[in-house]
Amino acid sequence: MGTEKSVSELHELLVHKDLSSTELTRAYIERIHSVDPELQAYLTVLEDQALTQAAEVDYKIAQGEVVGALEGIPMALKDNMCTEGIRTSCASKMLENFVPPYNATVTDRLRAAGTILLGKLNMDEFAMGSSTENSYFAKTRNPWDLECVPGGSSGGSAVAVAADEAAFTLGSDTGGSIRQPAAFCGVVGMKPTYGAVSRFGLVAFASSLDQIGPLTKTVRDNALVMNAIAGYDPLDSTSVPSEKSDYTKFLVNNIKGLKIGIPREYFGEGIDPDVASVIQAGIQTLIDLGAEVGECSLPHTEYAIPAYYLIATAEASSNLARYDGVRYGYRAEAADVLGMFKTTRAEGFGQEVKRRIMLGTYALSSGYYDAYYLKAQKVRTLIKQDFEKAFEKFDVLLSPTAPTSAFKFGEKSANPLAMYLSDITTVPINLAGIPAISIPAGFVKGLPIGMQLMGKAFDEGTLYRTAYTFEQNTNYHTLKPNLSGEVLARGSR
Amino acid sequence: MVVADKYEMVCGLEVHVELQTKTKIFCGCTTEFGGEQNTHVCPVCLGMPGTLPVLNREVVNYAIKAGLALNCEIAEFSKFDRKNYFYPDLTKNYQTSQFDLPICGKGGLEIEVDGEKKWIGITRAHMEEDAGKLVHSGETITTSNESSVDYNRAGVPLLEIVSEPDLRSISEVLAYLEQLVQILEYTEVSDCRLEQGSVRFDVNVSLRPIGATTLGTRTETKNLNSFSSVRRCMEYEVARQARVLNAGESVVQETRTWDEGKGITLTLRSKEEAHDYRYFPEPDLAPLVIDREWVEKIRKTLPELPSARRVRLQALGLSAYDASVITQGKAMANFFDEALSYYGDAKTLANWVMGEVTRLINTNQSSMDDSPISAKQLAELLDLIDKGTISGKIAKSVLEEMYSTGKEAKLIVKEKGLSQISDEGALQGIIDGVISANSQSVEDYRAGKDRAIGFLVGQIMKATKGQANPGLVNQLLKEKLS
Ligand SMILES: [Zn+2]
Repeated sequence: MGTEKSVSELHELLVHKDLSSTELTRAYIERIHSVDPELQAYLTVLEDQALTQAAEVDYKIAQGEVVGALEGIPMALKDNMCTEGIRTSCASKMLENFVPPYNATVTDRLRAAGTILLGKLNMDEFAMGSSTENSYFAKTRNPWDLECVPGGSSGGSAVAVAADEAAFTLGSDTGGSIRQPAAFCGVVGMKPTYGAVSRFGLVAFASSLDQIGPLTKTVRDNALVMNAIAGYDPLDSTSVPSEKSDYTKFLVNNIKGLKIGIPREYFGEGIDPDVASVIQAGIQTLIDLGAEVGECSLPHTEYAIPAYYLIATAEASSNLARYDGVRYGYRAEAADVLGMFKTTRAEGFGQEVKRRIMLGTYALSSGYYDAYYLKAQKVRTLIKQDFEKAFEKFDVLLSPTAPTSAFKFGEKSANPLAMYLSDITTVPINLAGIPAISIPAGFVKGLPIGMQLMGKAFDEGTLYRTAYTFEQNTNYHTLKPNLSGEVLARGSR
Repeated sequence: MVVADKYEMVCGLEVHVELQTKTKIFCGCTTEFGGEQNTHVCPVCLGMPGTLPVLNREVVNYAIKAGLALNCEIAEFSKFDRKNYFYPDLTKNYQTSQFDLPICGKGGLEIEVDGEKKWIGITRAHMEEDAGKLVHSGETITTSNESSVDYNRAGVPLLEIVSEPDLRSISEVLAYLEQLVQILEYTEVSDCRLEQGSVRFDVNVSLRPIGATTLGTRTETKNLNSFSSVRRCMEYEVARQARVLNAGESVVQETRTWDEGKGITLTLRSKEEAHDYRYFPEPDLAPLVIDREWVEKIRKTLPELPSARRVRLQALGLSAYDASVITQGKAMANFFDEALSYYGDAKTLANWVMGEVTRLINTNQSSMDDSPISAKQLAELLDLIDKGTISGKIAKSVLEEMYSTGKEAKLIVKEKGLSQISDEGALQGIIDGVISANSQSVEDYRAGKDRAIGFLVGQIMKATKGQANPGLVNQLLKEKLS
């Protein structure tokens, strides 16, 4: 009951007392009980707490108080966002029993907005991966095809929205970790401008690339969640002092005269032809709606993947050094301190995490720093300049979110390099720090395809306007998996 | 320093100074010394997952102030870097520090050894966070059954001041360190409590044949916390290196540690096992841009530095020695300056401050900072001497009384009836009495023994309990006896 509805639809039902938050929360918990044993999107479900929070909102509504757009709406967080008193595991053995005594800023802001926290979502360990196969606890399945990965690292976040296990979720995106799973699962995923959303309380993977963003059923929902989480945070020096903006004011169904650039490098080798034709059709839709489309070039794209993997792993090697068994988390028994450090890290981290720590340690080590880390930083500057140049001519750039639709379990996990290459269209955005959104744009063999829109720094508004216009004139976002692979139209719409 | 006429010592120093901010460098925890273990901590300074540093602007203010006092260039653009290494006292297993772009660039200070002045260059000074402290159940980490970590100190702001290898003798090193600590204390950048570890010294020493221009292989001895340890450590290390060189061997470049108990230095780690710190820019903090207005604003808050004070005090008639004693500590220098604003005779004032006042403070094991006698009160006491109300000798006992009771000089003099007897009429009678009671001395004096008059004056002072005006007594006595 109601779990398939969008946040804005649910809000209407709540304020008109057609539905109580308690009923809605119960419905989501039932939904989780019925589908999550198969999907494994959740690592922690907070039934009692969620129902208590829902009762508070219901009381408020009963008192005739005005409730906000997200008030009483059940949602869930990726398990790398700290929740006070609630386990925050990062899907790692290392933090299997870690209960932070503080909230992430996004946790606080969503709580202040009156949302109901249903639980914590599965992910690739420490957000490292593109398939959610690297979780210490479980592999999350794609609701459109249970044999396929949901994408990653925010796989649990995308699946929970796609399979109606939460009204919306938050993910984190270091190299595509919101957009790629959003594309694979057929939901809307926004990676905001670096600095737009506070990272305080987000367990760091690569500090200069990480950004938190919403995964939602619709573009409107996405803007509503951004309204709640974006804005300056004195606890995060890299968050940008800015006036609070209302992203919903950009939700106009009109893109006449909008200039859209198509970076030719994002349609090159490795892009599945079926995916390319879905995106081509999407471009045609936008042209029909009045957009002016032209080709452009981002010449340094081919260096983005190596640069990204050097910078991300370098920062990760340092960020993950604190997991040593001394203060919290997993601790291995050993004869001495050094032995304890080594064994703790050997046993506490999974393969992919260890691989990246080693790569990053190597990239920073003396003698290699200039050749790897420093060069990667230079490439990063060039990539940033590529985008700046493109945005002199275009308002928005457009590409497929991922080169393929969701792949099968195990298909790429044996070949890390092939897995890394699946990030080719998302990674440059993180290096440049600009915003990008993935929206449902079609299907290939029953699997959803995402279209990525990229914008100027802090111009999330134009992305929402473009995405909203596309969404209002297509029906991909209304289609839902029925968990046996068959595509069904969502009843109420 | 010439060792066995063969070698010249070359030394450079790294000094870690705790800045005197109220809160830590990246969080709001107190920097107060002591406290129950792990009570001055929060998720940020504990480096808990997801936490982020936020730079304390006060730390930057202090660093700029120290830099200006040490004649350093203040960088318009600097940044923080991560220095990566594993150690249990480090909460994140990296230290947030500054690497290639420190806040303070080239500077220096002037030292004076045996009357010779010399400029010692400062290479740089950078901000960083302090680590926590290991507490072992046994002697060392390896022999302990149990070690715990106290993170109260983790995140306390430090300024690391690196000198050029300009120092050539232990006297120069000590003069430099004393100067440096003095400047930091004067500017109130640090409380400079060496015994609490708020200043720590790393000493880089090498020897080279006299006349050589290239540097010899150096060792670095870390974490000395007193001037005497620095002196003893350097004496040991210079002698050790000389022995190595004399034996025809080469000094190994390494990091050493000072064993205070045994008075020796020991290998901590060799060059081969040296850390690869894998420095890279701290992505959680924006680069630091310091505009010139900011620097000028802080420059205006700089106090008169010890070197300038010494020059001023000498111009007031103090000897170089007196000026240096007075300016040794900020508290005494400030006390002196304040007293000087009430009492104009700098020389007399200096004698009292360095003499009686210091003596009282030392015997009471107190400090100048919490002296119960204010500068104004001392000035009033000296005024009483000048006016002839009391003698210098009485003044000393009045000062003691002032110290223990906190009363004003005038009140003590009045209450105890200590005013000097300067009334000729009153003195005449006493003098006559002493003369008639000591006829032998009178005869001796008249016979040319000048010393006899001293005895007579003493008797008169005794009869007046020291209250007679000694000048007047002398004058009247001589008139009577002539
Ligand atoms: Zn703290």
